[in-house]
Amino acid sequence: MKCPKREHHLIVDTAGLREVSADELELLATGAWVLGAGGGGSPYFSWLNLRKLYRQGRQVRLLDPMGLSDDDRVAVVSSMGAPLVMQERLIDAALAAKPVRMMEQFTGRKFDAIMAVEVGGSNALQPFLAGALLDLPVVDADAMGRAFPEAQMTSFAIHDLSMFPLTLADIRDNEVVIARAASWKWMERLSRKVTTEVGSIAFTCKAPRNGKEIKHCAILHTVSKAIRIGQTIHEARRRHLDPIEELLKAEGGKLLFTGKVADLVRRTTEGFLRGTARLEGLENFAGHSAELLFQNEFSIGLIDDVPRVMTPDIICTMDSESGEAIGTESLRYGQRVTIIGLPAPPIMLTPKGLELVGPKAFGYDLRFRSVFQDGTE
Amino acid sequence: MRTIGIDVGGTNTDAVLLIDGSVKHAVKTPTTPDVTAGILDALMQLRKNSDVGDAVDAVMIGTTHFINAVIQRRELARVAAIRIGLPASASLEPFIDWPEDLAAIVRGSVHMVAGGHEYDGQPIVPFDRPAMQCAAAEIAKAGIHSAAVTSIFSPLDPECEHEAARLLREICPRVDITLSHELGRIGLLERENAALLNAALKDLARRTVNAFERALASSGIRAPLYLTQNDGTIARAEHASAFPIFSFASGPTNSMRGAAFLSKLNDAVVIDVGGTSTDVGCLHRNFPRQANNAVQICGVRTLFRMPDLLSIGLGGGSLVNYAPLRIGPDSVGFRLTDEAIAFGGSTLTLTDVAVAAGLIELGDRRKLAYMSPSLISDAMATVQRRIGEAADRMKLDAAPLPLIAVGGGSFLVPPQVPGFSEVVRVEHYTVANAVGAAISQVSGEIDRIFSGMSRDEAMAQAEELARKKAIEAGANGSTLELVDIEDLPLAYLPGNTLRVRARVIGRIG
Repeated sequence: MKCPKREHHLIVDTAGLREVSADELELLATGAWVLGAGGGGSPYFSWLNLRKLYRQGRQVRLLDPMGLSDDDRVAVVSSMGAPLVMQERLIDAALAAKPVRMMEQFTGRKFDAIMAVEVGGSNALQPFLAGALLDLPVVDADAMGRAFPEAQMTSFAIHDLSMFPLTLADIRDNEVVIARAASWKWMERLSRKVTTEVGSIAFTCKAPRNGKEIKHCAILHTVSKAIRIGQTIHEARRRHLDPIEELLKAEGGKLLFTGKVADLVRRTTEGFLRGTARLEGLENFAGHSAELLFQNEFSIGLIDDVPRVMTPDIICTMDSESGEAIGTESLRYGQRVTIIGLPAPPIMLTPKGLELVGPKAFGYDLRFRSVFQDGTE
Repeated sequence: MRTIGIDVGGTNTDAVLLIDGSVKHAVKTPTTPDVTAGILDALMQLRKNSDVGDAVDAVMIGTTHFINAVIQRRELARVAAIRIGLPASASLEPFIDWPEDLAAIVRGSVHMVAGGHEYDGQPIVPFDRPAMQCAAAEIAKAGIHSAAVTSIFSPLDPECEHEAARLLREICPRVDITLSHELGRIGLLERENAALLNAALKDLARRTVNAFERALASSGIRAPLYLTQNDGTIARAEHASAFPIFSFASGPTNSMRGAAFLSKLNDAVVIDVGGTSTDVGCLHRNFPRQANNAVQICGVRTLFRMPDLLSIGLGGGSLVNYAPLRIGPDSVGFRLTDEAIAFGGSTLTLTDVAVAAGLIELGDRRKLAYMSPSLISDAMATVQRRIGEAADRMKLDAAPLPLIAVGGGSFLVPPQVPGFSEVVRVEHYTVANAVGAAISQVSGEIDRIFSGMSRDEAMAQAEELARKKAIEAGANGSTLELVDIEDLPLAYLPGNTLRVRARVIGRIG
């Protein structure tokens, strides 16, 4: 597929725009998998697609959001669906670009840049895939600072920005435009229904944003943060240090549990991967048990049946040895994993943020208590 | 119970006779290029020197032949890769994440066909039979003899793979067929990679297993022949010849299990020092600890469960350079007795340093009189530090564990290693691999659809059925352990319908 170079009216200082190297993409994949909080799908397949595009001579530029002018048009992309499905129906580069083209056609206006709705999991790399094909720079920002399962769980929703229109593409040449929705929640319900119908995986372009909205309402520099996390883990491995320990030190995280997966219940329902993972403690946690509840991402972690960590704190399971994150779809019976907590983006801890992404938003009758609040450790 | 365990390595073929749980005799012979002669030689030596007689209960062979073929890029068949699932997964074609040089050898042709299933069992699009017939005709025309078929969500519904196999048999009846759902779980690329590797090795596996059978027949010993697998269990020879990738990593598994058996320890770190490299693994309740996530086999990503190993380039044949001091990773390998200085050669190896240090008596120590005491102590200190670090990295627990040292180069392991309660040395330590093969376990596996019951009931029933199968296959019921269980809901069938897979393994007898 050939894409003509576009004329951009985007004007940035040269410091705001830089080429992203192939090596950095690998770091981004590792870091985004951590910020995925178990969800967002494995970035491996998006990374493979990008590696292929880079080998074909394409390259993506990363744009500092402060370099956007107020009326620049920014596409916000993600794939919606259940991560388990993405293990079999692999991310397709051309399809990542399709809803962006649909949106340009629907609105009659071209985009100047592209960004991820969430910097966690495969979705962190999606704007890079579309950006490589459409020759659009990727904005160093997202709207979640991690991954969340639902469309209204964004900083854009917290700031009451508009949520429509939305374009959605499926591999079978089905295209859907949701021209209007009554609320963020309605947009989630409508788009989820379509996603479920086409096999619980679909590619979307969310409501277009302008530069001003990005600068004020997005979570900034999160792509750089994901790359930095990837760097910490790769560097620790190279120096034979414990990658988990190095990560916790660098990002102010907490080790919550180490154990072995003893049971897994996983169901693909209503376009999500839902379930629980039960762990038996090892090492310092021998004799204790943990339970992780998830809807694509981990939402609650209980230790010995007591809630210990909850959304929006970032709950992540890591391979105890390699420090590689393990998604909810790739947990397996017998795996040895370490559960860690990382701080949530501050905007998610505001009253409006907690209303949208706190434990109650996931149906748990729990008052949010951050694992970083208690002074007991 | 009388079993013969054989380890066919790159350099040596080792064989042991085990009677009622004790090693009666062990032999070491050079591996021959045709494999058969080396095994026959080992078996004849066993017959001559012990009371094997005319029959044993089982002959169990572990071999690194298949993994070496991939590492050395030799004797691999060209494979037709058939992926059923278009229009999905189109941009990541088969071989996408293989090392390019390996892909160039194995990739015979690639055929992407429309079809496959959704997570709920619905078809993605109808299976494109004409396209599949076309692919089969192209495969026949290209003269490719092995095909790997992978369909999206085939672990849930293998029908597209079966239908493709029917068409292949009709149009190109001489093509060997590997179906991905027989090898792997959810994870299209990893399952497909396993199927491709298996297809590339099938012809070699058949020839190798035939050679094993001929050697056994010529030896005059009557016994069923088994191959040992990655997880420490055995498979009948004909099964192993169809699924060579299940036997891929049996070498390290056998060495660890052999070490556990010989030392009578259940929880320990095992260090196997060979001529070129040292493998460190961990025994947990008598089983080799498994690697966690996606496992790369020679750079190819799969989801196989393999022993969690740390390999370092250090062994008895490692080259030693000084000023500055550098040990390994290059090694003289099987040429040790020609090239090492103690044996009259001109290459300084770690074995020479060990001889000079008085750790082992080999060759002529006087030839090493020129080495300064400080060089000897610096080199030994470096080796022992690296061995200690490697052993420590594999330990999950802060509590001190024993360290079992096996392998021909295990004299390099110091008598005390920090963090370990003791260094355990065992009898027959140079043939721990063959001992591990001789004590292989049996498995029971079930893959069945359950309906009209709760999840817990279905899981419990699946485990029970797998246990029964293992006992039928000769396992001792009290030694069985559940090693894998997974349920997949079949949303397209009425009621609470689950597909459950369970696997248990246990000791024979």
